[in-house]
Amino acid sequence: MLGIIKQKVGARGLTAPVFGDYMQKLSPVASAMRDFSSATKKMTVRDALNSALDEEMAADSNVFVMGEEVGEYQGAYKITKGLLDKYGPDRVVDTPITEAGFTGIGVGAAYHGLKPVIEFMTFNFSMQAIDHIINSAAKSNYMSGGKINVPIVFRGPNGAAAGVGAQHSQCYGAWYGAIPGLKVLVPYSSEDARGLLKAAIRDPDPVVFLENEILYGDSFPVSQEVLDPNFCLPIGKAKIERQGKDVTITAYSKMVGFALKAAEILEKDGINAEVINLRSIRPLDRDTINDSVRKTNRLVTVEEGFRQHGVGAEICASVVEDSFNYLDAPVERIAGADVPTPYTANLERLAFPQIEDIVRATKRACYRSG
Amino acid sequence: MASSCLTKSKTLIINNLKSNKLLTNHTSSIAHNVPLTSSSLPSSVRKFASSSRITPSVFFNRCFNSVYVGRRLHSATSVSNDAVQFPAEASFSQVLDYPGGKVTFTPKLTFTSGSTDERIPCYRLLNDNGQQVIDSDSIKIRKELAVKMYSDMVTLQVMDTIFYEAQRQGRISFYATTTGEEAINIASAAALNNNDFVFPQYREPGVLLWRGFTLQDFANQCFGNKYDNGKGRQMPIHYGSKKHNYFTIASTVATQIPHAVGAAYSLKMENQDSCVITYFGDGGSSTGDFHAALNFAAVMEVPVIFFCRNNGWAISTPINDQFRSDGIVVKGKAYGVPSIRVDGNDALAVYSAVHQARKMAIQEQTPVLIEAMTYRTGHHSTSDDSTKYRSIDEIEWWRDDQNPVKRFRKFIENKGWWSDETESEHRSNIRKQVSQAIQVAERIEKPPIADMFSDVYDVPPKNLVEQEAFVRKIIKKHANDYPSDVPM
Repeated sequence: MLGIIKQKVGARGLTAPVFGDYMQKLSPVASAMRDFSSATKKMTVRDALNSALDEEMAADSNVFVMGEEVGEYQGAYKITKGLLDKYGPDRVVDTPITEAGFTGIGVGAAYHGLKPVIEFMTFNFSMQAIDHIINSAAKSNYMSGGKINVPIVFRGPNGAAAGVGAQHSQCYGAWYGAIPGLKVLVPYSSEDARGLLKAAIRDPDPVVFLENEILYGDSFPVSQEVLDPNFCLPIGKAKIERQGKDVTITAYSKMVGFALKAAEILEKDGINAEVINLRSIRPLDRDTINDSVRKTNRLVTVEEGFRQHGVGAEICASVVEDSFNYLDAPVERIAGADVPTPYTANLERLAFPQIEDIVRATKRACYRSG
Repeated sequence: MASSCLTKSKTLIINNLKSNKLLTNHTSSIAHNVPLTSSSLPSSVRKFASSSRITPSVFFNRCFNSVYVGRRLHSATSVSNDAVQFPAEASFSQVLDYPGGKVTFTPKLTFTSGSTDERIPCYRLLNDNGQQVIDSDSIKIRKELAVKMYSDMVTLQVMDTIFYEAQRQGRISFYATTTGEEAINIASAAALNNNDFVFPQYREPGVLLWRGFTLQDFANQCFGNKYDNGKGRQMPIHYGSKKHNYFTIASTVATQIPHAVGAAYSLKMENQDSCVITYFGDGGSSTGDFHAALNFAAVMEVPVIFFCRNNGWAISTPINDQFRSDGIVVKGKAYGVPSIRVDGNDALAVYSAVHQARKMAIQEQTPVLIEAMTYRTGHHSTSDDSTKYRSIDEIEWWRDDQNPVKRFRKFIENKGWWSDETESEHRSNIRKQVSQAIQVAERIEKPPIADMFSDVYDVPPKNLVEQEAFVRKIIKKHANDYPSDVPM
């Protein structure tokens, strides 16, 4: 049975059974922490986020969670499961339906010294609150002359899920990535999820933390170091997931997994691809990307978001500025189709990059210079 | 089984009514005339009704498919003057426990009126001549406090006049006066403690003034020089001071209202003996932020004072184009927030109301809404000429006859605490100080180039470090293209 049926709670109370029809959804969802005889543990991204929140709330009583359905419902995607029972309604706050309202309140609490973790049911709903995120949170430290810092984290699923339609599928990496004063993180694996969320909560600046609903159920191996309660990843450093010498592929969030699968396919054709997991859209790790391109001389950027003014556009410009003479081929940009996301499964599949698209683009990047 | 019982019972009821000659064409009169004794209901109806959650009256109502909207919601024990009086044995007045609480039913088809015929009265202590109303329950005010309040009101007035002139002369780029709202500014600040947090809109510099922000501090911000608390990052009048617990002003309207609630939540968690106050205008009460903030504050039970300066105008938008409710005070009730309307031009009344509101907010951990009625005598800002959209007569009447500064002056002069001499001395003193502050601020250097890149983040990221280095290099290379008064 390849399909996975899930209840879609995120679509504002509308439920739609979803049949996972991506090839990637073959991996079974592992439950929390299963011990293998080789002692490498596996952890789902969901559990990684939940454990990170739990540990940070235990370590610092100023940290609190706020959002719709985060408490009694245990979280629309169960990321905040068990936190209400453990920390009580003062620290896990269920809110009325007003993103603008609870974001403004979270920012005010951060002004006064608390450390809110604001959950958006999806980042599509953050548009209701974007004035507070940008004008009240991102710009406050600067506008107040350094007097008001805002140690707030905005987190939630971002980008496409499966069959949730145009108003629930947009990627906001490029939008928030443009704003000075914000930090924008995009975890992929469970290690990313734990390390980056902890770093985000501890960071004195406002952080936009873009998760991915499909990845919540995916399992990744986690070392003892990752499980340590003080495990943090540095903000602004990308990770080279796969070393290579022929072409650089940059990706973030779910697309990292696609890029890795594409790289395996390309290997059979003799193309040795280096896959970079961005981890951070702002600050963008230009050094790692440029070092890689100077080594491989070719670049393919992958993202689910819209093409124009997207993250790939910024990476391309950065590489052209810093490493022009090292490029042997034009930069290939793969992005989501320039349409509001359609609902039906076949059209939705065509609207987002698939592994085959990455493979074809990479081949183009490799043969174009003749 | 239940539905067939229902139809059968419905027929029985209708037959019962027909036999009592009570059916008329008008559904509402059915409600008025039906003697709804439980004995008049068929036994099958009673049995069905009692076995379900609904009471017989509800069942009855549903059969007739009519909608009864109560004028007010009462508890089962209270009786309103306009409720229909039924015979003693009638058991119509039932109560149902809905999610959210008990609601009493009424057969009266009445809509609560949306009109503002009966407005909420306005709390006032001093009449136009500065005389205190005899039988008011205000708090006694000491001489020192009253004199400080008045002096600061005058300082605010003088400061506004001179800064406004400075903008007209091109010395600062922008200014917005507080003219007409001096009592609101100073009296509300006087009723608070210094550790109560203030989330202002932008017409409340008097609160900062009361707490000790100096005239030089104000001038430095307006000129954006290197001593500006805000490091030259914002337009004039966007003051802020961590030391004085006054959060930096942002131009965005009403965003400070939910911020105040969040800060109050933080205070509540810390169990402090202090509260938060936030100010906004009549225009600000139209925003989504106002709605969400009041709603949340009531649900979260936080110690916050919502202070609305209803000054009649939101730039050029008069009240009638802003909302159709009885001002802002009635909106408090909609959210479950205790509210009061106060004469904003009466310093004593404002002081008294805020003092009491603060006590309530802290002791009962509740939000409180204060609507201060006043008038924006000045223009919205130096970018505005309000004579274009309102009559000069109107402006002059409020400026002269309803002037809050004059009224409070009469009050303290009647008490023998002030005189003409002290007045002219104080005014000329302040005039000198303000002019001095402006001259000094004008000559001070602007903030250094490093302040362009700092505070974007806690620690400057690599790209900003590179950009700053690049800018310095370019300025050094092409020095004549750049202003000479920007220190490196």
